[in-house]
Parts: sequence; C-alpha cells; structure tokens
Amino acid sequence: MFRLFLTLLLLLLPLASQASEGEFFLTAKPAEQARLLETWAAQPDAGRLALLENLRQGRIGEGDTRKLRLNNRLRGLIDNALASHQLLSEQSDTRLAAASQLQKSAQPAQMAFLDQRFAAETDPAVHAALALALANLQLGASEPAVRLAAVRLLGETGDPLARTRLEALLQPDGETDAAVRTAAETSLAQVQRKLLIGELLGQAFSGLSLGSILLLAALGLAITFGLLGVINMAHGEMLMLGAYSTYMVQVLLQRYAPGAIEFYPLIALPVAFAVSAGVGMALERTVIRHLYGRPLETLLATWGISLILIQAVRLLFGAQNVEVSNPAWLSGGVQLLPNLVLPYNRIVIIGFALAVVLLTWLLLNRTRLGLNVRAVTQNRNMAACCGVSTGRVDMLAFGLGSGIAGLGGVALSQVGNVGPDLGQSYIIDSFLVVVLGGVGQLAGTLWAAFGLGIANKLLEPQIGAVLGKILILALIILFIQKRPQGLFALKGRVID
Amino acid sequence: MNQPLIVTASQKAGPRLTLALGAAVTLVLLALPLLSMLPEGHALQVSAYTLTLVGKVLCYAIVALALDLVWGYAGLLSLGHGLFFALGGYAMGMYLMRQAAGDGLPAFMTFLSWNELPWYWAGTQHFAWALCLVVLAPGLLALVFGWFAFRSRIKGVYFSIMTQALTFAAMLLFFRNETGFGGNNGFTSFRTILGHDVAAPGTRAVLFLLTVLLLLGSLYLCWRLTRSKVGRLLTAVRDAENRLMFCGYDPRGFKLLVWVLSAVLCGLAGALYVPQVGIINPGEMSPTNSIEAAVWVALGGRGTLLGPLLGAGLVNGMKSWFTVAFPEYWLFFLGALFIIVTLYLPKGVVGLVKKRSQP
Repeated sequence: MFRLFLTLLLLLLPLASQASEGEFFLTAKPAEQARLLETWAAQPDAGRLALLENLRQGRIGEGDTRKLRLNNRLRGLIDNALASHQLLSEQSDTRLAAASQLQKSAQPAQMAFLDQRFAAETDPAVHAALALALANLQLGASEPAVRLAAVRLLGETGDPLARTRLEALLQPDGETDAAVRTAAETSLAQVQRKLLIGELLGQAFSGLSLGSILLLAALGLAITFGLLGVINMAHGEMLMLGAYSTYMVQVLLQRYAPGAIEFYPLIALPVAFAVSAGVGMALERTVIRHLYGRPLETLLATWGISLILIQAVRLLFGAQNVEVSNPAWLSGGVQLLPNLVLPYNRIVIIGFALAVVLLTWLLLNRTRLGLNVRAVTQNRNMAACCGVSTGRVDMLAFGLGSGIAGLGGVALSQVGNVGPDLGQSYIIDSFLVVVLGGVGQLAGTLWAAFGLGIANKLLEPQIGAVLGKILILALIILFIQKRPQGLFALKGRVID
Repeated sequence: MNQPLIVTASQKAGPRLTLALGAAVTLVLLALPLLSMLPEGHALQVSAYTLTLVGKVLCYAIVALALDLVWGYAGLLSLGHGLFFALGGYAMGMYLMRQAAGDGLPAFMTFLSWNELPWYWAGTQHFAWALCLVVLAPGLLALVFGWFAFRSRIKGVYFSIMTQALTFAAMLLFFRNETGFGGNNGFTSFRTILGHDVAAPGTRAVLFLLTVLLLLGSLYLCWRLTRSKVGRLLTAVRDAENRLMFCGYDPRGFKLLVWVLSAVLCGLAGALYVPQVGIINPGEMSPTNSIEAAVWVALGGRGTLLGPLLGAGLVNGMKSWFTVAFPEYWLFFLGALFIIVTLYLPKGVVGLVKKRSQP
C-alpha cells in the first residue's frame, strides 16, 4: 500500500513541475502541438516522460478529466517523442523498444540526440538498433559519404523496414549520387535475400507445424487401417473429442482448481487420451467388429458414427466454437530473424508430435502388444493360429489409434478453433497422408505428414491455398501411379 | 415382424406385382405434372412445392441409380458423385444465368466489377452448347480421373478416399469468387429457360416430365447394360478382379466405361435439378452430400436397379419430414441409418423382400 502511494507520488511529482507544459499543450492549436512535440522529441528531458505517457492515453494528467483531441498525426508524434524520452531509461529492454520505434518514426531533428545516445549506449542489442535508426536518418543527409555508409549499414540488416527505405531511395527522383545508388542497389538485393530466407523459413516452419498435426491425426488412422483394413471416417471426430476434453479440463480447473490452470494442457493429455480411446474401443466392440471383411460398409458405418458424434457435441456444447486459451508458457514466441517469429505453442506441438511418434514406435516394436499388432497386421489367420487373441488386439489397437487422435486434439486446441466441425477439416488431409505414406509403416506416415504439411504451406503464398490443395491432390494421384502402395510398402505376396 | 403392407404383398405376388406396382408409380409420376396444371383450389390439384420436391427426389434417384451402377455392380464406391451432379448443374446454371442477364454480364460478375466473361463461359448463351457441357464436363473429368485411377489399380477404400478428396478440392475451388462461378452463393434467381418463365406451372410440368423420362431412360439403359455380357463382366470385376484378369480380360476399359457413364447420368440429373430447384451452389459438392447418396443406395439395396430408387425416395422423404418436425435429430437419425443399414441390412430393403419371398 505504502509502495503504491510512493509510486503515485513519484508519478505526480514531475507532473507538478511540468504542469505548465501540459496546460500549454492543451490550449495550443494542433499545428503548434505538433511543433511542440517535435521539439520535445529532439531535446528529451527525463522529467517530461510522465506527461508524454499521459498524453498517449489522451489526457494531460492523472485524474484530469479534460478531454484531449488528438488526430493520427499527433498520436504518431507523441509515440515518437515518448520513444525519444524512453531512450534515457535505465531498463535496456525499454530502450530497445524505444530504438525500434525510432527506426520507424525518427525525424532528422532528432539526429543529434540519437548520435549522442548511440555513443553512450552500452547494451549491444540497443546499440545495433540505434545504429539502424541513425542509418535511416542519415539516408537524408547532405554528404554522399554519410549516405553511402548508411546505405551499407542498412544492407547488413534483414529488416522489412530497411527494404522500404532503400526502395524509396531508389525511386527515379530519389538518390542522385551514382555511387550511393549502386551501393543502395547492392544493399537492397542483400536485404531482399535475407527477407526471402526468413519468409521461406517461416513457411517451412508453419508447414512443419501443420505436418505435426496431420501426423497426430494420421498416425492412428494408419495403424487401424493397416491392422483392420478399414478406414475409420469417425477418426476426425476423435480429434474433436480430444479438443473438447481439453476444453472441459480447462473449464473444470478454472472452477475448482484455479491454481493449476497454467498446466491444464498437461492435465488434458491423459483425459483426452482416455476419452478418445474409450469411445474408439466402444465403437470397435459394437459396430466395426461386425463389419470385418467389408471395408466399404465400414466406411459408411463409421461415417454414420461421425455424424452422430458431431451432432451430439453440437447439442451439448452448442454449434459455436468454444474458447480454449493458451496458457502463458505457450503464448509468445522466439524471434529468430526480423521477419521470422516462431510461436512457442507451435514449437511445443512439433516436439510433442515427435515424442508421440517415438512412444508409438516403442510400443509397436518393444512390447508384447506391439508384437501382436504387427503379427495380426501381417497375417491375421496365422497370428490367430499361434494363439494371438486377434479380437483383443483389434480392440486395443483401435483404442490406441483413437487415443493418439485424442492427443492430436489437445495439440490442435492450442493452435486452432475448437468447434463441432473441427475433425472434418483435417480428416481428408490425414486420409491423403495415409494414402501417400502407405499402410502400417510409421516412417511412411511421418514423411508423408511432414511432406504434405510443408508442401501445403510453401504452395499457399505462391498460388493460393485452394489451388495449392488441388495441385497436391493431382500430385498424389500421379504419385500413386508410380507407387500404388504408398511411399513405404510392406513387401509381401498376399493377393486376394 | 411388423412389415409394411407393400412388402408382405409383394412377397405373396412376386415379380408380377412388383411390375404392376412399378407401372402404377410411373403412371402417378406422369400424372403429377398434369394435376399440377389444375386450377387453384381443385381437390386433385398438386402444389408447386410438392411438384418441386418430388422432382428433386427424382433427380436424386437418378444419382442413386448412377452410383449403384458403379458401386453395386462394379464394386467401386464413389464418394464424389455429388461433384458430377453439381458440374452438370453448373453447366445448366451457366446457360440460365446468361438467359437472366440478357446481353450483359451475370449479376455476380458485375459485383466483382469484371468487364468480360471468362473464356470458359464462351458459347454458354446457346442452349445446345450448354447441353453439351452438361455431358462433357462431368464426362471428361470422370474420364481423366478414372483413366489415372484404374491404370494404377486404385480400388476399394483408396478409390473412395481419392474421390472424396476430389470433390472436396472441387468444392474449395468453386467457393472462390475468382473461379467465376458465383463463389459462395453460386447461381440463383433464374428467369427464363428457352424463352419460357422458369417458375411458370407449364415449364415446371415439362421439366418434371423430362426428369421422369430421364429416370425411366436411365433405368432401361442400366437394365440392358447389367443384363448384357458387359454387366456380367462388371460383376466379375466387383467379386474377383484378379481372377478376371487371369482369364484374359482387361478390366480397365469396362470400369472406365461404367464410371464415365455413371458420371454423365449424374450430370444430366444435375442439369434437370437446377432449373427446378432454382439454385446451385458449391454446397452440392461437399463430401457430405456424396456420402449421403451412398446410404440411399445401401438402404434400397446394392446391385439391384429398383433398390436405389426406393432408397433415394425413402431417405429424402424422411429428410423433408424430419428437418421440419425434429431438425436437431435428423443427423442422429441419418447416422443411425448408416449404421443399421450396414450392420443389419447388407442387401437393403429389396434384399429383405427377396429373402422373405424365398423361404
């Protein structure tokens, strides 16, 4: 309480001395206000910081109710002046943010001040950011040598802003000096190359993240398809059930254990797995079991199940999307390049998908159940003769496949919308993954999922999402001409 | 077991009664448009709504028949027949839009501020070319897709999935405004067809009659086809394709023939559907619609010619009743229908009748 009071006092203290400036600003005409702000930006004074922060919120002082009329130009000038003042701050991240703001908005009048701060700056990141801001200004300098140095400096960065500056410089009525012009052209090419790398990396990354979702969706599908020879059209709804389980866990935790809300995705994982696996096993027991040897009928029956599940969820939770929020540790991202930010939630999902693949591989190759699953996949009758309880293996494998889809639903709820139709939008892509990757092979599913995901995202900006999808479909049809069994086929001599 | 009267009766009387019933239904269908021409308030007058509804169901019945041809006889379950249906519908819709627009551009293009028609709209103001498109668009697409698919011997669930992906991709394509087919809204607000008002009772009656005739024609065609040697080969493809190949036949040509024929039938049905219903939009291409067609066939009975017609009539009749009475529960019912039919009625309603009549 005392500290709060002290902070308030500290905030009010400079206000008292600067009150006259605030009053003056309030009564001035817009043109005068702009001139005032420009002067303040060029000659910052630590005492004026509070006033500028208040101005930014549309008032001249804490508790002052008089309304300030601001247009967009004045707002921009206020931001600029505020950034200028913030450069005097003690915190290096405040200075960094201010320097990035100044890269966009600094005016020639601020050059002297920026030069002085540039010389005094000790933090390397802020130093680099200030160098850029200075270079932006120096582009307008009268000596060609200064401009040349600035142009070269801009070429070193991979900032989207540097590109616009250089392009403006290269306009026919822009730069007159031939040397500077050539240097600007080289720098522009450099910047563009860096930006292109950033863009491509960004697309590849979102492709990886789409691929990891597809992987989680297709993994279970591939296992059950390999084992039973049936495509489960209700598989997408297992994703949906997983996502809705996440939502339920979030709601319940909010209500009964708000302390644990940060970790609700982790708690949702086993819940979603159990729900989806349970529903999957129940389906196998009641419906799919009776349709063995009739794959096309199974297709229709499972479609019927998916209709029922979708409608049930729609009646229970409503047809609107429900809100699943990211916990704090999944929000934000890591900035690698000026135009490349990798969101944490997507990084975590890629890692999670790979971990699930690893666990599935271990389960299939290092446990008794996995041995049985592989045996039944290869030759059902022979496995039954050797004493494998094929019915039980079918049920457990179906549960496993559905459970993995449920885990995929948890992952999906962190990056996309959660609604009753969620499964439908991913199911066709995951079918294509299974078609492309071949049956019963984890490696095939892995490559196909990431391949499809990356191809989708790389094609999207070039020719549009829809044409990209159609092109990919055509490519898959052509690919199957070459290898009808998918990328990785089990070798065998089975023929019907 | 409590059976519908008609089932019990047909068991007792056998094929002769089926034939008689079929003839009666045909007569009623032929009489419907005439009854719709009766003056308002007459006891036997059929409303325009009923006529449109029955006409719609008849178009669906043709789709069911076409699907049965490839699924019931050749064993290729297509989950993309809605695409061919919609393509036929769009081809006819292009003509209707040009009619409605007169010399100008169709309204949706004016909204997009386009100045000229895209090249694929060329010639669509002529009814004859529109009719050619109705056959060519689904036919050529089916030919190309089928040629590639059958060449690499894609069959079973793989084939189903590829067809589903095909119709899904096409739906996304048609949803775009830039594709030039009206985007989300599709084609609607038609005015005239061949100079006659689309909504006039006379035009409706003629369109309805044409639908009935197309249905009878396709039924006859399918009947002749399945009774011929080609039909028996198709059944062999369904039951044991490898053995057929060992006997020296190349199944690809036969599959391609029946696949393209089926697609063209769907296109024709779509072309008759659009002027009667008055709208076509990309929703018709959604995988849901195509897969629903499969349940019509499954409910009626695969591998029979009358079954799909019966199934299409039953499911669509129930749909129009359910969506009014219990809109929330229709999907539950449809889902349950999918499961029950596949689990307990593998041969459909027709199979049920046949089994009962041969104790």
